[in-house]
Amino acid sequence: MRRTWLAMGIALTFACGGGGESAGGGGETPAASSQPAVAALGTGSISGVVMFEGAAPANPTIDMSEEPNCAARYSGAPADPVVMVTDGKLGNVFVRVTGGLPAGPYPAPASAPTIDQNGCLYHPRVVGVMAGQSLTILNSDSLLHNIKAVPTANRGFNVSQPRAGMTREQVFTEPEIMVPLECNVHGWMKAYVGVVAHPYFATSGENGAFTIGGLPPGTYQLEAWHESLGTKTAEVTIGPDGAGTVTFTYGAM
Amino acid sequence: MTTAAADAHELSFVRKYIFSTDHKIIGIQFLLMSLVFLFVGGLLAMLVRWQQGFPNEPIPGGGVLPETMAPGGILLPEFYNSLVTMHGTFMVFFAIMPLLVGVFGNYLIPLKIGAPDMAFPRLNMWSFWIAVPAGTLMLAGFFVEGGHAAAGWTSYAPLSAVSEYSGVSAGQKIWLLSIAILGLSSILGATNYITTVVNLRAPGMTWFRLPLSIWALFITAILVLLAIPILSGAAIMLFFDQTLGTHFFDATGGGQPLLWQHLFWYFGHPEVYILILPAMGMVSDIIANGSRKPVFGYHSMVYAIIAIAFLGWIVWGHHMFQSGMNPTLGTGFMISTLLIAVPSAIKVFNWMGTMWEGNLRFHVPMLHGIAFVTMFVIGGLSGIFMASTPVDIYIHDTYFIVAHIHYVLFGGSLFAIFGAVTFWYPKMFGRLMNPFWGKVHWALTFVFFNCTFFPMHTLGVYGHMRRIYDPTQYEFLKPLMGLNKFITISALLLFASQIIFVVNFVWGWFWGAKAGNNPWEDNGLEWTLPSPPAHGNFATVPIVHHGPYEFSAPGVTEDYLPQNHPPLQVGAGKEGR
Amino acid sequence: MEWILPKGASTFAGDIDFLYYLILVITGIAFIVVEVGILWFAIRYRARPGRRARYTHGSLRAEVIWTAIPAVTVVALGIMSGGVWNDIKGRNSVPAEALPYRVMARQFEWHVTHPGPDGALDTPDDFTIRNQLHIPVGRPVVVHLGAEDVIHSFFVPAFRVKQDAVPGMHIRVWFEATEVGAFELACAELCGLGHYRMGAMVTVHEANEFSEWTVNQAAARTTATPGVTP
Repeated sequence: MRRTWLAMGIALTFACGGGGESAGGGGETPAASSQPAVAALGTGSISGVVMFEGAAPANPTIDMSEEPNCAARYSGAPADPVVMVTDGKLGNVFVRVTGGLPAGPYPAPASAPTIDQNGCLYHPRVVGVMAGQSLTILNSDSLLHNIKAVPTANRGFNVSQPRAGMTREQVFTEPEIMVPLECNVHGWMKAYVGVVAHPYFATSGENGAFTIGGLPPGTYQLEAWHESLGTKTAEVTIGPDGAGTVTFTYGAM
Repeated sequence: MTTAAADAHELSFVRKYIFSTDHKIIGIQFLLMSLVFLFVGGLLAMLVRWQQGFPNEPIPGGGVLPETMAPGGILLPEFYNSLVTMHGTFMVFFAIMPLLVGVFGNYLIPLKIGAPDMAFPRLNMWSFWIAVPAGTLMLAGFFVEGGHAAAGWTSYAPLSAVSEYSGVSAGQKIWLLSIAILGLSSILGATNYITTVVNLRAPGMTWFRLPLSIWALFITAILVLLAIPILSGAAIMLFFDQTLGTHFFDATGGGQPLLWQHLFWYFGHPEVYILILPAMGMVSDIIANGSRKPVFGYHSMVYAIIAIAFLGWIVWGHHMFQSGMNPTLGTGFMISTLLIAVPSAIKVFNWMGTMWEGNLRFHVPMLHGIAFVTMFVIGGLSGIFMASTPVDIYIHDTYFIVAHIHYVLFGGSLFAIFGAVTFWYPKMFGRLMNPFWGKVHWALTFVFFNCTFFPMHTLGVYGHMRRIYDPTQYEFLKPLMGLNKFITISALLLFASQIIFVVNFVWGWFWGAKAGNNPWEDNGLEWTLPSPPAHGNFATVPIVHHGPYEFSAPGVTEDYLPQNHPPLQVGAGKEGR
Repeated sequence: MEWILPKGASTFAGDIDFLYYLILVITGIAFIVVEVGILWFAIRYRARPGRRARYTHGSLRAEVIWTAIPAVTVVALGIMSGGVWNDIKGRNSVPAEALPYRVMARQFEWHVTHPGPDGALDTPDDFTIRNQLHIPVGRPVVVHLGAEDVIHSFFVPAFRVKQDAVPGMHIRVWFEATEVGAFELACAELCGLGHYRMGAMVTVHEANEFSEWTVNQAAARTTATPGVTP
């Protein structure tokens, strides 16, 4: 069981490519993930893209010199992937449906997305789970990471993974945007977990694209969240053809 | 008294053995409870030691531990911190303290002063039945989400005050509640002991005819009564920090982390003497008996106990030399701390004086008594290193301290406890433990104890920090791994040696040789009674004519003289102590 | 069993080590007297048929002797220790010319702010490095120690320096390295699940090399070294 989850988790990690740093995720830039709905309401989907206008702010670099195991993974000091802009597209934006859905409840899927600590960075940096769904936390580094969650609506935890290959399941029971995760051994390590009451959410990939599937035709409100650039809202209609499109645009602040 | 003795026959099993008000039964109840916790504490220490000797290797059989403690049998750092914390907690609060104060305070005080029971027998029963839920609660903490308390047995704030910092929430609260509840038990017991010693001494049992064990337990009870409420108060404040959002000890809300340390050690240092004074008292009884000689310098021994107890209140700052406390205060605490060496030295030399020109009988209690003196000396002398503030800069929070505390609390207190248990076992159960296996247990414990804890001084001299999950993380500690392995193997053997004691204890209860009234040919009033004594102890009130240590007195054929023996003829030797 | 301290590398390591060895000798003598005495008594005075123990309740003279000797010894030790303590940790012990650093301890990192080429803190040329402290040899440095979350302890074994870092308190600790090289810095106070890994490296440079290093670093970094400062 654990092994299956692990495999799925790793697959998902590669599929998401969320963090985008060369060390962890795959080099490909696939369309962003969406949660497989357990009992889909429909077959339509929202596909969108997150744009970034203007000059992207420079990301700070991380001094990993005192952590040779991780520093060796990068050429030079790696950038802290706070604002990930590629060709005017913004990654690591968490998008979810905030209105237009029938009242729940929506059962949580048995699958668990994985967040991987790899090269002293989280992959992906932004991940979504349903309330009640497991999140697999994996340590791929052969050194100590601790994972501290300081939620407001959920119960916090602070646990450690001192060896490579360790995994751990955590469940958030209440919807919360967003639960920050941090590692105190490596103060730069930050990740964000979006806990949503339903399965209609996605994270934009490196190419800024995301897809939320399994929806019937209708009009929906969406909210996009970015850790430093804030939130944006939009309304989108899925027509009878089952497709709706939306564009979020962030700009330099 | 006679009515009390008669009543004993009519009590139901529950009233006689479970909710008993008989101080002897309560003492035995405390004995069984605290031996269980001694075992638990030892088991936790084995896990700690395994991780120190063999970091990142699975514990044999460790697979039974859940994922949140030891995935794959390898301890997690947070569980390691819980283990360190709970080893100290169980040993200090649920093993050594109840063994000394709960067991022997209860069992010995009325018997040795010639009283029918404690002054408040029901309070006494409550003191035991409050300790049991406290202990159960403390054990339960291992099974809550987030794990058990992991901020060390000293629970330094803010690590203990803010759950976010430790990842422990319920465990820390349970720890604090359990400590506060146990404190109530100790306070009830101490009130009882003080009242009993002051009011219920038999005719002729003057203050300076009290056995040193009773002196020590009496002074200890005063320390308990004054010290425990401080811990309870501090624990409740910390509990409020955890639950109600107060900020007594959390700097982010204007609190003072050092306040916790001051409160904790203001309790904690007297606590150290609570854990050693009764041991000193009982060892004095045992060494006098084994040497067949009066205790050398009885009065100085009493004054030394009082001096230690008094100085014990003004030395707490020596735990805090490097804490950021005003350094000038450090100098004051250093002087008071160094002065404690004086009454401690007096006691050691008087024990030696007692053995000098004695006629030494090496029965098992005596062997443990001698082990106590020889090991306590090491613990006392290593304390001088820490007392010196500049040297403490280097060795504070290293294994040197770990060695020191174990030489005092294991080499000292626990050897005294082994001595006292084997000494009064025949009185408690009417049968003797097997002396041969008793000696084997003593010898193995003595050897492996030293193999375990003496090398820890060396670790400390090299700067090896305590409470470190994995010493291989530091280059300067890597050369010490061989020594760490040696210590771990010795500790495992030390633990294994205790099986002999457990088996002997249980075996003696059912199949040991009948003890008779006075197997050790001792002078104490308890030895004039049948083994075990009946409820109510004395059929007639004993009249005391002699001091407790009139061994080998001239004019007496035997080499002992029971305290209630009628006065000797004039000119038959110096009397009247 | 080794009782020899590892080599010290600070100006006051010698004073601390001297006190340590002095106490080692004194306690060693006491240890031998007591242990050999007890062993000797155990053999000499073992029970034999027909023997009877000497009936005595003690000796005032003996009590006075073994009260006085330890008392004089410990008071002397206390006076000697007090002087050294004052030189190292006394309120006014920090040398005026000491080079200032700020060390902020947090779970489970040391954030070290170096004074930069101007040798003063809180100036624009300061720079902060994680888990590294670079100091010049032969010049006293003073560390302004703070903690963000829980209590940590700044421990450099080779320098014989240990000082708790307490949230809400600003504590100064000074030392002067006497040797060039790299020395480990460890957290000595249980600070949580990553405590065992809260280590750092102290690099002691030659004076010239240090100036050069400082200038280079100050140029390469800014005060708000990204990803390191909160």
